[in-house]
Amino acid sequence: MTSAEKTIDPDKERRKIKADKRMREIMAAYYIEAKTPRAQRGKPIAWITSGGPVEPLHVMDVIPIYPENYGAMIGASKMGVGLCETAEAMGYARDLCSYARADIASATVDGGPIGGLPEPDMLVCCNNICGTVLKWYEVQARYFNVPLFIFDTPITHTVFNEDMRRYVTRQGREYIAFLERVCGKPFDYDRMKIVGELSLRGQELWQQILETTIHKPAPMTCFDAFFHLAMIVTLRGTQTAVDYYEMLLAEMKERVAQGIGMLPEEKYRLVWDNIPIWYRMRWLSEKFMARSACLVADTYTSGWTGWLPHADRNDFLGFMGESYARIFLNSGTDIMAENILRMVKKYDADGVVFHSNRSCKPYSLGQYDIQRIVQQKAGIPTLMIEADMVDERSFSESQIETRIDAFIEMLK
Amino acid sequence: MITVGVDVGSISAKAAVLRDDKLLASGVILTGYNARQAGRQVFAQALAAAAIAPGQVAKIVATGYGRNSIAFAHKAVTEITCHAAGARFLDKTVRAVIDIGGQDSKAIVLDDNGKVRDFAMNDKCAAGTGRFLEVMARALEVDLEAFGDLSLSAGKAAPISSLCTVFAESEVISLIAKGENRANIIAGIHASIASRVIAMTQRIGICPPVMMTGGVAKNIGVVKALEEKLNAPLIISENAQVTGAIGAALIAATL
Repeated sequence: MTSAEKTIDPDKERRKIKADKRMREIMAAYYIEAKTPRAQRGKPIAWITSGGPVEPLHVMDVIPIYPENYGAMIGASKMGVGLCETAEAMGYARDLCSYARADIASATVDGGPIGGLPEPDMLVCCNNICGTVLKWYEVQARYFNVPLFIFDTPITHTVFNEDMRRYVTRQGREYIAFLERVCGKPFDYDRMKIVGELSLRGQELWQQILETTIHKPAPMTCFDAFFHLAMIVTLRGTQTAVDYYEMLLAEMKERVAQGIGMLPEEKYRLVWDNIPIWYRMRWLSEKFMARSACLVADTYTSGWTGWLPHADRNDFLGFMGESYARIFLNSGTDIMAENILRMVKKYDADGVVFHSNRSCKPYSLGQYDIQRIVQQKAGIPTLMIEADMVDERSFSESQIETRIDAFIEMLK
Repeated sequence: MITVGVDVGSISAKAAVLRDDKLLASGVILTGYNARQAGRQVFAQALAAAAIAPGQVAKIVATGYGRNSIAFAHKAVTEITCHAAGARFLDKTVRAVIDIGGQDSKAIVLDDNGKVRDFAMNDKCAAGTGRFLEVMARALEVDLEAFGDLSLSAGKAAPISSLCTVFAESEVISLIAKGENRANIIAGIHASIASRVIAMTQRIGICPPVMMTGGVAKNIGVVKALEEKLNAPLIISENAQVTGAIGAALIAATL
């Protein structure tokens, strides 16, 4: 017997999500194709923001690459500090988003876990997630000397009106014209229907997967959702994502049927707010698990399903702009608070954990207000953790451990 | 039943010995390099002061930053829960606690039963903590013990606006260079600590009666600055520095 075999814990094995392996294979294949030299791969590459309208790229056979997804990979590989420091040495402020710093630095030194992203042929930037992406993508457009399309989505504080609808719909048409020009071929509207349907199908499946944690014990935690999210971000609009999520959903349903929870004991159910602390996923997951606290839902991974209510299946391009403009991060504090309150109720949560993310201003700005609203309206305790998604220098272990412990003591 | 609470903080280690609901003795030493050793030492010191043999102790709870390194404790509980319990023990009317310790400051709101309803802690920065005062005392070449009384003789608090200890220290140094009165500078330092702490208390919405705990409660200058901004008197126990240890000993009795 090898030492590895000796340490296998059957209970832990039973709790492992089996689809993880397939997920890793798909993501590896995705990056391998993208990293193949242009002459062999044929397809052009577009770098696109995480909340950007990716579906038309698939229609045009363009490979979408997400610097933010790579930022998460850099963070998870604990390579964030080095790249942030490189960016700072280039003159970028430490207050700048760590995804932006990591990406800008990585482009110049081929850094990160896969030795840099493949060079883009074009850039697509949608400011529905933040304002930082505008300057970030301008920097990269200059660096790579490639065309940049900016999809400007007005902030939906509370309402989305007719002017906004017209504004974003027109940009959808400009976006298609941009793609036709850069790719040198006409846009295939019939194919758009297929890709649009796949995108919606993927989002529906992802939503159903997330909702399996309504069940007690929850078959997975938000830490698992953070991992499986990569598919809806990077391969949204493809058959691959749909197939994978069908498989994952089936596994989750099976876990629910068998009563397999991710935690050996689920005493408390919590909701997570904000982007994960990528370099401390395991640490945080273990901390909460050791305290029988299960993070059953989060505002982040469900951010890619928020446009389902506005969907018109017969006219994807018609509602695409509106859907992208109405995502969670592009709304006001009131909508964000309501969203969390809805989740608390839906998932029967005992508390909310807020990650005050130094990098992500639009996500973190209203959190103190949201925290107060949640405490008042849901009457449950909340926890604020100050950290950063990629830059480990903003993480204080003993402080955060004390806060988590004190929060759990409050729940008792 | 005899219980002991051991509170190993970043600067000092405290222990309190309780027999049922009565405080028998307490001890305070500097934590130094070895938190484990400090915990053992302050435990022995408090027991000796209470004339209790280790064998008589029924339960021990550890708290503070070094709580997980105290192997002889039966349980580790955070200082937030312990300060709340200790404050409530020292004064039954307390509804909120401001604790300023060596490396952090916190505000705690209690519910009707004395349980923690909400809390806020300083973010990872020493400004507004005991360590901040230590740095300033060094820059001003004043004994930290004298800080409180000196600040009371200030004519006007010198403005110190930096949120960072290192930058605030350079502000203090430039104030010294400008010939600013020492008492005024110290009063300014206290006001800056108070501002930071008050911002936290406002965030979680504390209401009086408020007790101040932690070693910094011994500094009358900080107390006055806080009271002024709070617009309410602070309850200061003579056991302010060992409140966390007392709370830990109380929790030990419930194990």
